[in-house]
Amino acid sequence: MDFSLNEMQSMLLDSVQRFIANDYDFDTRQKYAESEHGYSPEVWATFADLGWTAIPFPEDDGGIGGGQVDLMVVMEQFGRGLVVEPYLANIVLAGGILKRVATDEQKERWLHPIIAGELQAALAWVEPQSRYRDSDVRTEARASGDGVTISGKKSVVFNGGNAKLLIVSARTRGDATDEDGISLYAIPADADGVSVKRYATVDGHQAAEISLNNVQADASQLLGTEGEGFAALKATLADATLAVSAEAVGIMRAMTEKTVEYSKNRIQFGVPIGSFQALQHRMVDMFTACEQTYSLLVWAAMSRDADNDDAERSVHALKYQIGVAGRKVGEEAVQLHGGMGVSWEMDIAHYFKRLTAIGQSLGNADHHLDALASV
Amino acid sequence: MDVSFSEEDLQFREEVRQFFAEKLPEDIRAKQDQGIPLERDDMVRFQQLLHKQGWAGVNWPVEYGGTGWGIVKKYIFASEMAAANAPEVVPFGLGMVGPVIYTFGSDEQKERFLPDILASRVWWCQGYSEPGSGSDLASLKTRAVLDGDEWVVNGTKTWTTLGQYADWIFCLVRTNTDVARRQEGISFLLVDMKTPGISVKPIITIEGGHEVNEVHFDNVRVPVDNLVGEEGKGWTYGKVLLEHERTGTAQVHRSLFRLNKLKEQAATSVRGEPPLADDRNFMRKLAAVEVELKALEFTELRTLAAVSSGKAPGAESSILKFKGTEIQQAIDTLFMEAAGYYALPYVPHQFKFDYPEDEFVGAGAETKTSLKYFNYRKASIYGGSNEIQRNIVAKHVLGL
Repeated sequence: MDFSLNEMQSMLLDSVQRFIANDYDFDTRQKYAESEHGYSPEVWATFADLGWTAIPFPEDDGGIGGGQVDLMVVMEQFGRGLVVEPYLANIVLAGGILKRVATDEQKERWLHPIIAGELQAALAWVEPQSRYRDSDVRTEARASGDGVTISGKKSVVFNGGNAKLLIVSARTRGDATDEDGISLYAIPADADGVSVKRYATVDGHQAAEISLNNVQADASQLLGTEGEGFAALKATLADATLAVSAEAVGIMRAMTEKTVEYSKNRIQFGVPIGSFQALQHRMVDMFTACEQTYSLLVWAAMSRDADNDDAERSVHALKYQIGVAGRKVGEEAVQLHGGMGVSWEMDIAHYFKRLTAIGQSLGNADHHLDALASV
Repeated sequence: MDVSFSEEDLQFREEVRQFFAEKLPEDIRAKQDQGIPLERDDMVRFQQLLHKQGWAGVNWPVEYGGTGWGIVKKYIFASEMAAANAPEVVPFGLGMVGPVIYTFGSDEQKERFLPDILASRVWWCQGYSEPGSGSDLASLKTRAVLDGDEWVVNGTKTWTTLGQYADWIFCLVRTNTDVARRQEGISFLLVDMKTPGISVKPIITIEGGHEVNEVHFDNVRVPVDNLVGEEGKGWTYGKVLLEHERTGTAQVHRSLFRLNKLKEQAATSVRGEPPLADDRNFMRKLAAVEVELKALEFTELRTLAAVSSGKAPGAESSILKFKGTEIQQAIDTLFMEAAGYYALPYVPHQFKFDYPEDEFVGAGAETKTSLKYFNYRKASIYGGSNEIQRNIVAKHVLGL
């Protein structure tokens, strides 16, 4: 039984912590979030220099062969730092598809530049009607010449406004919600027929609505086997669910610590408000929620690394817990900060918004509890 | 026990319903329905319509131009107003300072201030909280010192809602520091916002809006005539006002209206999604909120009935405040859950009349659901936080 980090994980933890402490304070983060791209290209280049963009990829692909635990360590710190750089979109989502199904040639063309920090990418899988049902794909790819013509709409595509490469799910056969018949294509964002409407999201990140109108893709752009893309999509989304859950744990822990700290310093009725038992118990519950959630997180990360039978279940359990405990911790932290908790200038408000956005993404609590109850 | 409406009540309901159907200006109605924020002028126009109809001073006694309605009519009015999705009345004048002035003010103050409040000609804001005095309001430090026939005011008020529009502010200020209980040194002062030395600084809230402000007083000179009632009694007056504020924050009818909207929405398919009504998880949560809300509706009616038989709204109004705001927040949460991924786009700029339809993100006000959820976390904090409300019930109702 060992819950300690190995040498590489400790080094990673140390380097991410140092970066956030030295170069990524809250005001700097806000400046990046409010800039045109919604993140800092310089910071992104630093991530690549430090090797963070290579973590989850096999050494053969130029990665460092890290697993779920390694990713977890980084994402938790990104949560604490409220990092807005599109790590999830590039590395976990787009990179996750490419590493699973791309050919060597395709990897060289797209994955290597992503790892080098030179290509911005996005995975466009959510559709206006799909909610959390990832097999609900109505974007169509019809055979034409030696390739396909793709038409449809993609919603809330993370990093979609910055991406030069879009990985798009499209249906080549079957009914609207069949798992079979979904294919994945690599589409340049500037291809004819692609239109992108970029916007900020409530958590300081960016996303886009993307419409595809008779977009041509040839055989070299098909990722994996035609009609069999769902397996890679599902596995990648499980990675992403675990990654945002780790980020959420970092946020929950930061919010709890900040609330405890605030309650020690905020004086009302002549004493720190943290001296009131009614509030102490609530902070104990916040702390407990963090610990319980972290426990599920390490279970899920190890379970997926070991490819255990309960790996799929562990991710559902984790994201359900994030939905419930994350909301609880977020709302309590804001409440205990009083008016300051709902002020834009306070970091606590922005932690809360990111935590809420994570709760709304990649399946909410109901969705994952349903999945657990039906397995 | 009888909660049925008389023939006269039903007629009144018809009259109110017709009024909102016919008189609510179309542009204001459209803004309300489409989630477009109201401007200062919209709010004033609406309240002046109510005034013209004689319905501005809902709770006011007839002698000061109020309706003199009993609880059934007030209930009907609030219910129809919410059902018409009419704007909420800005509470600071009509709901707060007005009652304090007609209850505790001098005849001269009544004559001077009440007609303009009733007619929404003057915009009031509230100066209670301070940076160091939130839940512990009695610790407030804004100081008023007598100099000839003027009070000289220095200090900072915060969370002043819509203070950027205000002509006047009512404040709790410390006029005496040499008292046994700190509550005794507090007075209730009316201040013209144009007085030299006042500055208003915006505070941007979590969802990016500008609703609240910090108001600074730097040697602001206020005529002694502007002190309401007796010096040192401001705490008592302020408490009366807060109790009025608390019944108002229950917002039972608004919540009913919104819950019905949510049900309608859940029954409808958006963008080809299966309707949420098929989702038992969601519908069970909605039903649970409905139960809480029905209970609160009757709790409020019972409180109002007690008030109408001559009792002041007492500590029980605290229950209405914290249950009411928790229900509002529960409804906000469900709206956000219903929006799924469309709760994420931050696009408040698209909520205006001429925004191009093909640029619009999300269906209806979906992208506003998260903003409302974030913003309304304030509801369990303002008007005396819900923790303070529970303290009041513990102390004054349960005798703990």
